[in-house]
Amino acid sequence: MASTAEGIRRRDWIHVAAISTAGVGGASVLFPLISQMAPTADVLAASTTDVDVSSLEPGQSVKATFRDQPLFVKRMSPEEISEVQAVDASGLRDPQSLEDRLGEGNADILVQLGVCTHLGCVPLGAGEGEDKGEFDGYFCPCHGSHYDAAGRIRKGPAPTNLVVPEFAFVSDGVIRVG
Amino acid sequence: MSFAWANQYEPKSAFTKWIDEKLPLPRLVYNAVGAGYPVPRNLNYMWNFGVLAGFFLMFQIITGVVLAMHYAADVSVAFGSIEHIMRNVNYGWLLKYAHANGASFFFIVIYLHIFRGFYYSSYKAPREMIWLLGVVIFLLMMATAFMGYVLPWGQMSFWGAKVITGLFGAIPFIGEPLQVWLVGGYAPNDSTLNRFFSLHFLLPFVIAGVVILHIWSLHIPGSSNPTGVEVKKESDTVPFHPYYTAKDGWFLGLFLIFFATIVFFAPNMLGHPDNWIEANPLSTPAHIVPEWYFYPFYAILRAFTGDLTIPFTGIILIEAKLLGVIAMFSAILVWFFLPWLDKSPVRSGAYRPLFRKFFWFGLVPCMAALFYLGGATPEEPYIVLSQLATAYYFLHFLVILPIVSQIEIPKPLPFSITEAVLGKDGDAAAPSAAAGSAKPEGDAPDGALQPAE
Repeated sequence: MASTAEGIRRRDWIHVAAISTAGVGGASVLFPLISQMAPTADVLAASTTDVDVSSLEPGQSVKATFRDQPLFVKRMSPEEISEVQAVDASGLRDPQSLEDRLGEGNADILVQLGVCTHLGCVPLGAGEGEDKGEFDGYFCPCHGSHYDAAGRIRKGPAPTNLVVPEFAFVSDGVIRVG
Repeated sequence: MSFAWANQYEPKSAFTKWIDEKLPLPRLVYNAVGAGYPVPRNLNYMWNFGVLAGFFLMFQIITGVVLAMHYAADVSVAFGSIEHIMRNVNYGWLLKYAHANGASFFFIVIYLHIFRGFYYSSYKAPREMIWLLGVVIFLLMMATAFMGYVLPWGQMSFWGAKVITGLFGAIPFIGEPLQVWLVGGYAPNDSTLNRFFSLHFLLPFVIAGVVILHIWSLHIPGSSNPTGVEVKKESDTVPFHPYYTAKDGWFLGLFLIFFATIVFFAPNMLGHPDNWIEANPLSTPAHIVPEWYFYPFYAILRAFTGDLTIPFTGIILIEAKLLGVIAMFSAILVWFFLPWLDKSPVRSGAYRPLFRKFFWFGLVPCMAALFYLGGATPEEPYIVLSQLATAYYFLHFLVILPIVSQIEIPKPLPFSITEAVLGKDGDAAAPSAAAGSAKPEGDAPDGALQPAE
């Protein structure tokens, strides 16, 4: 048997080469098998939603869907804006100012997921005639969470404010969510 | 059963000793495919196909389970779900082509594996059970492949299902109600598709169970070999690991190169273009053919064009349709009787000159013809050629093989595997490898013809 002073045999080279090749082969077989469970192209294509806000009057809301979940888009009225800004944000359960939730360069378009942050029901208040709760915003009938006009949790079991997804204006009247 | 000189499993670490006491799985693996399983040293490449078949079974199960995450079995969405897999699912195109071509390659491997069994008479005692289980596996594979092909709900899927389920109607008395029960309707419909999906998912695991029995029953007598002479002493064998793990691994790699070439560069070559058209129950394609691996049996089915009647009367004993069905199933059922049809005391075709002639100039051309004819259009001269080939097929197994096996004069067998590999001198020089054991009982000094044990 050929061996060097350190005891390395000639056949060790082929063992290492064979196992490394098998390892590369194994990894390249495993990759598609794992990747196929990731979101498919049609799901990814549906991962952004465009909403036309040009026709929204102040105080008017529209319901859309975003990634299979309800989306509340509202053009806030001046009364709602001053009502919301009058509250001391630091005293809230989830401290956030209206400016935080609207984002830069946005005066009145409020975009949030219509999903209660408690256990996931759809709160009332975005449609005509729906119960807006004690804070003139949204009310979740499942366990009694009350949100204000800016979607911030004020009373009830929900831990955080309604989620504001990533969005941007693609033109003056159209926002792209996601 | 292991030979007396087999390496013994010896757990070294505390952990392996603990496992060996509680659940001796490493010992089982060591004794089945490891250094603890002695195998004849002279196996040729025709012996690689068993391991390859096991690999392809695993491959089909893995790709199949993954495809089932994206497939929907309902007539209104099935075809569309295949398009979804091809276009939307990450690497979905690869999974679909791998699974479809994997089925074809599984059959290539299995036909070569069976071909080895025919030539080397692997079905003879003491290995009859392995053979019988193998034929059961083949039947299960055919059912699984047939149902799998229906799932994409293309034109060939639907019309293939229509033809094959229609065969059941040929059975006397119970045929019609049986067909309606199997199909869940009057023509393949949503019920049929859904039950085929369920059974297609189930059967591979049944196959896996029968494969375990197949390997278990093999490990009782141990592997046969190209000389057909049974193992007598230690120098006849080598441990499975590392010799045959290496040989099988190498051949698997080579075979996968061919497989990858087809999957990536010719993925639709073995399929039928009509199956990329959604099923239309009102429009039959010009030529309905099954997948290529069913061609010989399809040729036998279509060969029967005339009813079996009592001559000169109008009385029909058996309709052509039923004759075809019986012949098609019998073509496989006849394999169950091979251990008892082939009466030669010699196993390997290498030592049976007359058997070999009928094998290479009879059975193989007949099967090649049946493969070709199964894909041909049902016109002359293909019809009469199918009839001739079918006639020879049954003649070969039921008449020629029993007669040839009894009248032929075989060539003298080698005394042992060691002699066949190392020559007579090698046999005398092998004693140290035999660990000092004396010559085993039952040898004739001149190495003349020995009956297979």
